[in-house]
Amino acid sequence: MIIPDGELWVTGDETLGEHLERRGVSRRRFLEFCGTAAAVLTAGPVMAGRAEATITADTIAQSLAGMTKPVLVWLQLQECTGCMESVLRSGETTVEELILNLVSMDYNELLMAAAGEAADKALEEANKQPHILVVNGSIPLADGGAHCTIAGRSAESILRDSAENAIAIFAVGACAHWGCVQASRPNPSEAVGVDSIITDKPVVNIAGCPPVPEVITASLVYTLANGAPPPVDGQGRPLFAYADRIHDFCPKRGRFDAGQFVRTFDDEAARNGYCLYEVGCRGPETFAPCPILRWNLSQDWPIGAGHPCIGCTEVGFYDRFTPFYEVLPNLRVPGTGVEADATTVGLVGLGAVGVGIAAHAGVTAVAERRRTKAAEKVYLPLVGDLPTRERPLDSGPDSAPDSPTQRETEQ
Amino acid sequence: MSERVVIDPVTRIEGHLRIEALAENGEITEAWSQTTQFKGIEMVMQNRDPRDAWAFAQRICGVCTVVHAIASVRAVEDAIGYPIPKAADLIRNLVLGSQMVQDHVIHFYHLHALDFVNVANVPNADVDAAVAAAVSLQPNYELNSTARFGAVQDQVNRILESGQLSIFTNGYWDHPDYRLPAEVDLIAVSHYLDALTWQRDIIRINTIFGGKNPHPNFLVGGMASAINMNNEITINQVKLNQVQGMIREIIDFVENVYLPDVIAILGAYPDYLDIGRANPSYMALGKGGYNCAGYPTPPDGFRPGVMLDGKLEVIDLDMDKIEEYATSGWYRYAGGDVGLQPWVGETVPDYTGPTPPFDWLADSDRYTWSKAPRYDGRAVQVGPMPRVLSAYVQGDAETRDDVEPILAQLGAQPEQMNSTAGRILARAIEGVEMARQLQRWFDELTTGIKSGDVATFNPDKWEKSTWPSASKGVGFAEVARGTLSHWIRVTDGTISNYQAVVPSTWNGCGRANGERGPYEESLVPHPLVRPEQPLEPLRTIHSFDPCQSCGIHVLDVTGSEVAWAKVQ
Repeated sequence: MIIPDGELWVTGDETLGEHLERRGVSRRRFLEFCGTAAAVLTAGPVMAGRAEATITADTIAQSLAGMTKPVLVWLQLQECTGCMESVLRSGETTVEELILNLVSMDYNELLMAAAGEAADKALEEANKQPHILVVNGSIPLADGGAHCTIAGRSAESILRDSAENAIAIFAVGACAHWGCVQASRPNPSEAVGVDSIITDKPVVNIAGCPPVPEVITASLVYTLANGAPPPVDGQGRPLFAYADRIHDFCPKRGRFDAGQFVRTFDDEAARNGYCLYEVGCRGPETFAPCPILRWNLSQDWPIGAGHPCIGCTEVGFYDRFTPFYEVLPNLRVPGTGVEADATTVGLVGLGAVGVGIAAHAGVTAVAERRRTKAAEKVYLPLVGDLPTRERPLDSGPDSAPDSPTQRETEQ
Repeated sequence: MSERVVIDPVTRIEGHLRIEALAENGEITEAWSQTTQFKGIEMVMQNRDPRDAWAFAQRICGVCTVVHAIASVRAVEDAIGYPIPKAADLIRNLVLGSQMVQDHVIHFYHLHALDFVNVANVPNADVDAAVAAAVSLQPNYELNSTARFGAVQDQVNRILESGQLSIFTNGYWDHPDYRLPAEVDLIAVSHYLDALTWQRDIIRINTIFGGKNPHPNFLVGGMASAINMNNEITINQVKLNQVQGMIREIIDFVENVYLPDVIAILGAYPDYLDIGRANPSYMALGKGGYNCAGYPTPPDGFRPGVMLDGKLEVIDLDMDKIEEYATSGWYRYAGGDVGLQPWVGETVPDYTGPTPPFDWLADSDRYTWSKAPRYDGRAVQVGPMPRVLSAYVQGDAETRDDVEPILAQLGAQPEQMNSTAGRILARAIEGVEMARQLQRWFDELTTGIKSGDVATFNPDKWEKSTWPSASKGVGFAEVARGTLSHWIRVTDGTISNYQAVVPSTWNGCGRANGERGPYEESLVPHPLVRPEQPLEPLRTIHSFDPCQSCGIHVLDVTGSEVAWAKVQ
């Protein structure tokens, strides 16, 4: 990597050559890099029997130094295109601003004009240059990678080639993060996330199925503006979006604290916009910016529209959080530091706002039955309510303790 | 001597599609459609809670992100005999319908237009002439302005001059079959950008009722968005007003921009009314957006069924005649190469192809991850074209009014809808009809609310204890890309079998019963001037709007030609 850490060459008026000069990268070092690149690159065409152009350090230096925009390679592997659709919905920064003004997105199957061999060649060329790599989709390992191939090559091989010269790697969406629905039991295609394959470089995980549109674009713009990807939590998720639980900033938190719960959909409580905890909300377990940023030009968000959070930014949510409509088994009561359930939560709320205790007892009895049932079936990690900001930023919040050991330790 | 042609990746689609073909003397003579991705979601869903099923099935596809969830909740409701309130029904329709129009528009501008529109030609456009032409065709669209077109042309110039072409890298810009005048290329690129803004805005109908898009939330038994006109959080007058505003915006764009653009662009490619003909059998269970639990009974009197072997007469749907074959797919059926009705369907992957990397798959009889659905043994097309054609044949008044002037002016027969241009045109006509339908559904919803019809969920069958111990169900939906059906078996409260038969397997499947699938059939024969620049087959494949993860001449010939002549 020839670009010094700390500030990334961005775009616009300054070419890469000018940028490197200003940053004190010697011409000699730049040419050394280009020489190495030339050696690597000429090996390809020669072996393929089509060394039609002589690639030298000079020609590479010439083309690289004249670039005015960072190259972006955006792969879509085993996935559903929901993440690219999410990008299309981004308010600011918009997708058109991103790909027409800020970067040159030389490869992305959803939007690029070229197809087939011409597309493959565009990828090959982009891979040779220092580039930002975004990956949507998981990597299926079954049957030698035959469960997702592009141009006859496995997703794994495509990913490895594109990661080689990448200066920053973003795994965008739950598939790229950990495999998502196809990696859920029994994971028929043996799907894994990007950081299971790319282990020698940091991978930033933009979590969610899909992630909030603006979080995807902001992660890229942050990198362009600051010269390095945003700081992340223990799972590689940017702190600017995943430092807090949905529960921490849920506008219905007051209803939760007061013990005012929806018991069945469209009941009187639902029509008053009460808390969805009792119908299965995963907000207390889920680190995501939804209540703050909201969705689709900040129009609304899932809990706002009456449906419980299904926890889509958390690893393993299809196995850990299902059945979705059963209540979370354990919850730590705000301010008390002790584990409690909805009964205690309700009592705490009672002191504060005077909710009818008889009504709440009824709710709790139902919840108790469900809770017992759920606890037998699925493992759900203990939720802490510690203020995450008190933790050192470098280690990031311990967002999703997912091993029984961790759980016991906390208890 | 024929040449092997491989198009992989087929870009500007959802999912992973590979086309292998043989070509000779500028023409494709044989073709294979190959889906190169497998996720096994149907297997993941086994033994899960049926009320969770929609959230798994929805992730089959993030482009048509609404449709699998709706087919799923309908299938579950059919299986357990679960009626839902009227308002929930209408809300589902509004979410599905708004996503469908948005999907059609994105497909045309962002996934298809670059097959016809040459971005590299934009710098040659005379901005004033482009404005004059656009205004003559689309007088009610305010962004047809000198300022807007000038800014777009500047932006394109900057990108082309920089040498860093971003998404336009390696496009076939020197291909001889780009035919539009530079001014039309400029108009189309400008509307490409406008459509991006538009889709972000109008998709918020999904957000209001489903919390987000992509992947809005659904609920077995109704919808989770409660209606209370006296509450700040629920569906109230503010939110209804917003929905109404978006519906107006949808109607405005599809009527004033989308349909006229389609007509204008296809006006330069009239031969595509005779290119891309696929299997002349069609399925349509309702007009666009119709969805139901169990056997379809559209409220507008549309007769659900098929038209077979080129005969334009509707035969009533027989659900037992829907079968899926694994003949050309990498799956293993216990009973060998037979067709299986989806309720007894099997999804057992059995990859027999080469270990990647590979150069060619079509030497083997099995070459795709798609199963091959057949109706009464036949490959049938699904999608906007079969729906519009079926409605036309049935004498649906609205469709007749929309289609007849076009056919008359084209001098085209209804049969010619079975073509590349016909599919594109049908999609645009359907977009306009869907937009009007949104208004009708919305009016029905608000009228109901006024008379107290505000229930959005039926609690009666929510608990598993109320369910039969074993049952089966089907949910149908006429979605953006065609007829979608989800088939479920529920045993003791859990899913014991789940099969999704999706539009892109109907259209994009491989061979079965000795017959090519529709993508394959549409390419044989097919023009291909430069095998290394497969622009022409991309036009035809894109006309199906492939969504592989799930598995015009002119409206006004004379008018348009006059308009474009002025441009030139």
